Parts: sequence; C-alpha cells; structure tokens
Amino acid sequence: MELLDNLALGFSTALLVQNVLYCFLGVLLGTAVGVLPGIGPTATVAMLLPITFSFEPVTALIMLAGIYYGAQYGGSTTAILINLPGESSAAVTALDGHAMARQGRAGAALAAAAVGSFIAGTVATVALAVAAPPLARVALEFGPAEYFSLVLLGLIVSIALARGSALKALAMIALGVLFGTVGQDIYTGTPRFVFEQRELYGGIDFVSVAVGMFGVAEILRNLENEQTRTAIVGRVKNLWPTREDRRRIVGPIARGTGLGAALGVLPGGGHVLASFTSYAVEKRISKRKEEFGNGAIEGVAGPESANNAAAQTSFIPLLTLGLPAHPVMALMVGAFIVHGITPGPNVITDEPELFWGLIASMWIGNVLLVLLNLPLIGVWVRMLRIPYQVLFPMIILFAAIGTYSLGFNAYDVYAIVFFGILGYVLIKCGCEPAPLLLGFVLGPLVEENLRRALIISRGDPSVFLTRPISAVLLALAAAALLIAVLPAIRKRREVVFAEDE
Amino acid sequence: MERRRSFPDVLAGGMFVLIGGAFVAGSLGYELGTPLRMGPGAFPLLVGLILAALGLAIVVKGLIAGEMISFGPIPWRAVGVIVLAVVFFGFTVRGLGFVPTSAVTALLTTLASSRVRPLTALAVAAGLTVASTLIFVVGLQLRIPLWGPWLGF
Repeated sequence: MELLDNLALGFSTALLVQNVLYCFLGVLLGTAVGVLPGIGPTATVAMLLPITFSFEPVTALIMLAGIYYGAQYGGSTTAILINLPGESSAAVTALDGHAMARQGRAGAALAAAAVGSFIAGTVATVALAVAAPPLARVALEFGPAEYFSLVLLGLIVSIALARGSALKALAMIALGVLFGTVGQDIYTGTPRFVFEQRELYGGIDFVSVAVGMFGVAEILRNLENEQTRTAIVGRVKNLWPTREDRRRIVGPIARGTGLGAALGVLPGGGHVLASFTSYAVEKRISKRKEEFGNGAIEGVAGPESANNAAAQTSFIPLLTLGLPAHPVMALMVGAFIVHGITPGPNVITDEPELFWGLIASMWIGNVLLVLLNLPLIGVWVRMLRIPYQVLFPMIILFAAIGTYSLGFNAYDVYAIVFFGILGYVLIKCGCEPAPLLLGFVLGPLVEENLRRALIISRGDPSVFLTRPISAVLLALAAAALLIAVLPAIRKRREVVFAEDE
Repeated sequence: MERRRSFPDVLAGGMFVLIGGAFVAGSLGYELGTPLRMGPGAFPLLVGLILAALGLAIVVKGLIAGEMISFGPIPWRAVGVIVLAVVFFGFTVRGLGFVPTSAVTALLTTLASSRVRPLTALAVAAGLTVASTLIFVVGLQLRIPLWGPWLGF
C-alpha cells in the first residue's frame, strides 16, 4: 500500500510540534479573515508571505494553506449569523443559512456547515492524495511546448469560470502578463520597461500586486460608503442538529463533496462555482423547493461541503503541474520559489515530505477548524465588533511593512499603491482582479516556454500543433474560449450564478 | 439586458488600449529577434497588441451594448490619504526608522475615513505602532532600525 506509506510519511511530518502549531495559526488567521468582511485570504496570504521566508518550507506552506481553507470556514459563519458573507463562496450559504438563523436555528445551520465542511475536507484530502501522483507522472513527460499550451489552457479556463465579462477577463490576463514582463529578460538579460530604475530590474514583486489588487483596492471600495456595522447577534444555542436535520443533510453533503472535489481542480474560482452549482443541484432535486431561500438546511450543507472540498482539491493543479488555480495558489507558487522549490511534477519525488506533509496537514487543519469553530463561535461573533476604522489602517500598515520586508526595496511599497489604484478603478469598471494576478504569475512561464519551444523546434511554430499533448491542450483552450465568449452558453452560465441571488 | 452606452466599459477599454499601446511602443525599442531566437521585445509586443485589441473591442462593445454597472462614488479623501501614507512609508522608512514611520503612516491612514475622531485616530495609530513593532521587529526580527539615521541615531 504505497498510499498508506505516503500518508504515514505525511502525518509524521505534519504532526511535528512546530507544524501543528503553524497549521493552527494558519487556520486561526484564516477563520479570522473569513469572518471579517473587508479582508480576504488573498490579501492575508500576500501580507504574511514575507514573514514565512525564514520558516522551513513545509511549515510555511502548511500555514499559508491553512489560511486559505480556514477562510472558507470563517466566511460561512458571518454569512449565517449576520447575512454578510466574508468570502465570495459563502454568498450562497447566506441565503438559507441566514434564514435559518432568523428562525432561531443558527446553531443547526452552523453545525451543518461545519460537519459538511469537515466531511468534505476529509474526502477531498484523500482525493488529493490519490489523484496527485499519477497526474504528476503524466506531467513529467511535458516539454516546453506542452507547458506553454497547458498554461494557456489554465489561463483561459480561469476566465470561462469567472463571473462577468469574458472580454474584460481576457484583457485583465493580458495586462497581468504584460506587468510580468517588467524587469530583466531571462534569456538576454536586457532590462525591460524599467525606466532606468535599478530597483525595477528584478521585476515587480507579485506580493505587491496581490496586496494592491486585493488589499488596498478592497479598502477603497469599502470606504466608498461608510456605514457603521451593526452586528446584533443573538446567543447561539442548540448546536446539535435534530434527527430530522441529520437525515436531511446526508445527501447534500455527499453530493456537495463530489461536486466540489471535481470542480475545485478547475482554474479560477473553482470553489465559488462549486458552491453555486451545489446549491442549484440541491434546489433542483429537492422535494421541498419552496423551503429554499427560507431556511432549508440542504442549502447550507451542500454548498458548504462543496466549497471546502473545492478549496482542498484546488491544490491538485498546483502540486502536480505547478499551475495555480486561484490567486492564493499563485501566491503559494511564490512561496515555493522563495524556498528554492519549483512547484510542479518534481515536488512529489524530490520533496516527498513536503508534498505529503502538506496534504496530511490539511486533514489536521480540518479537525482544528471544527474545534475552533463550533465551541468558540462566540469569540468569532465578538470579533465582528472590531470597527473598520481600526481594521483598515492595520491592513495598510501591515501591507506596507510586509512588502518592504520582501527585499528592503521601497519600490515594492510604491507598487502596492500603484496596483491598488489601478485595481480599484478596474474593479469599479467591472473587471475581476483575479485573472490579472494569475496572468502576472503565469506570464513569465508562458514566455519562457514559448521561447524555449521555438528554440528546440528551430523556429517552427507548428510544434505546438504537431506534438499531440500540446495540440489537445490547445484544442481544449480554444473550446474553453468559445464557451466563454459564445452568448448562448454565456447566458446559461449566468443563470447558474444569477438564479439564486 | 439593456443596450446602452456604458461609461465603465469605455473607461476600462480605454485604459487597456493605453497600457497595451504603451507596452507596444516600449517593446519596439528592444530587439525583436527572429522566431527561432525571440528577442526581449517580441513577447511584450505580441501581448501588448492583444491587450490593445481587446481594449478596443471593450470600448466598441461599451458604446453599443455595454454592461450596465453603476460606477458609484469615489472616496477621493481615502484615495489621497492612503497614497500619501504608503508613499510616505516607502520614502522614509530607511531614514526615519521603523517606529516614527509606522506611527505617521498609521495616523495618516486613519484619516482616510471621513468619520474618524482625532482621539480615536491617535489611539489607533499608537496601538498599531506598538503592535507592529512587537510583531515585526521584536517577534519576527525584521532588520529595520527602530530609529533611523535622519533622527541622529
């Protein structure tokens, strides 16, 4: 049983005292930022990334991963209690979860969310452990032409799934790729677009881009119309669901887990799509459709399981192909690189402890999350009383300190305002920030593999179509592009998103 | 969906055209090379052209069948204050040192909110300075001097 050996190795790494400690810290922080509206996991991971540079690589990744899936848990808490989803994927949970809370059944809703998330997390962790090694073996056969096509496919699929205009999302990717070319050219060393500033030779740091687009821009949006948050939350009681509730959540949890585990692999907002789809499915097959929107426990258990399963399996493309499926994963790529590890198919053979330790830590993290969330629910509710006037100066200050500590380079700090303002204006115009960050991180990969493939093929561009794997990937990319742009299919896609808003 | 002119679409498209165009213009200054050995200018040129084309398409679509997005108010005060605060941090942290820079940055940032009261601002700034000094310098051993050379230390 190779799998069991691998998992044993993973747990022996993940259960080291410092790793459990940082896993706990990660899920704690993740829950906190999931609960607090106005700061999400992307900005948090970006700000904390510089701090983890001095950690052991596995410890750093365990903590950063914990922030990501911890935020999925925390987001549902506020969605249920005060109808304020802290994370985009929790928006569906708010529909029925908050309705249940108004009927005095907040406890049952929270328990359904937590139990569903835990089961989904456990199953998805196993799915990750089973699916990753074979995928990594396939990916090892990839040459530059295949990598070019794969990254292109990843970028295009990410927009096919995102909400909003596909044209704008494509443009955001291109913009991100362009910003990624700033700095010295990898082949010739020519500095590009640096305006003769030595500090820009190393390129723009992706932490600055992420903090700007997700942190500063978000703060500006929140300051548009300030209102005092009135969090009037009653005491939460009766956490344990009734026998009837327990019977009703079994199906949704199982279906949500399956859906989430499958959709999470897709690049770009897989977990958001998963929770929306799960809600639509539960509503469609339910015999009590009229209850949906008025406090159906299925509408909480299904989407919550789905988004947590998806959060877990979205690590599959990262760990096997080195391809981030989510802005947080893009930051994790950076974390790998800082520690001298190239994320991709080699991680599993070169760094088995890191690979399996990270996977095992996710299960430990899920246990910690259940313990953190259910008994301590009161603490999280109290955190909502922190006024925004304290919160946003803290985010700005920590962002400035964090980006400065990257390389003691003031340009990294200036870059957060640049990207903050740019991101703010573009978000106001209906552009999503996530494609830009993915483009920024993946752009250099696209360029490097494009140029390398052309050198190997002696300048013949048909290499991308004559190599079978590359041709299939490009065909899939073209199909994804078609789906994203074609109006008929777009309309149906919008229905999936819009139906329940 | 209403078919109308959309200001956000035109603005976003215009920005894409401008930035794409700027990168195209810039990359023409670098060696383009041949397909076999692409020069440093080739890839940005290609992507810049794609971006400009996409931007143009967004502008055109915005003029005839734009997305209806409400642009909403712009918090000018917050924009100005936050830009100032962050630039101040980047500019002075080496010279003034961690503590004074953090304090001023935090204090400036609190002013971004139009509802802030002076006492709250001071309290928040002081608290954040202490907290960040403890976390980053004492806890994480960040190598930034607490008081910088501009102050005579």
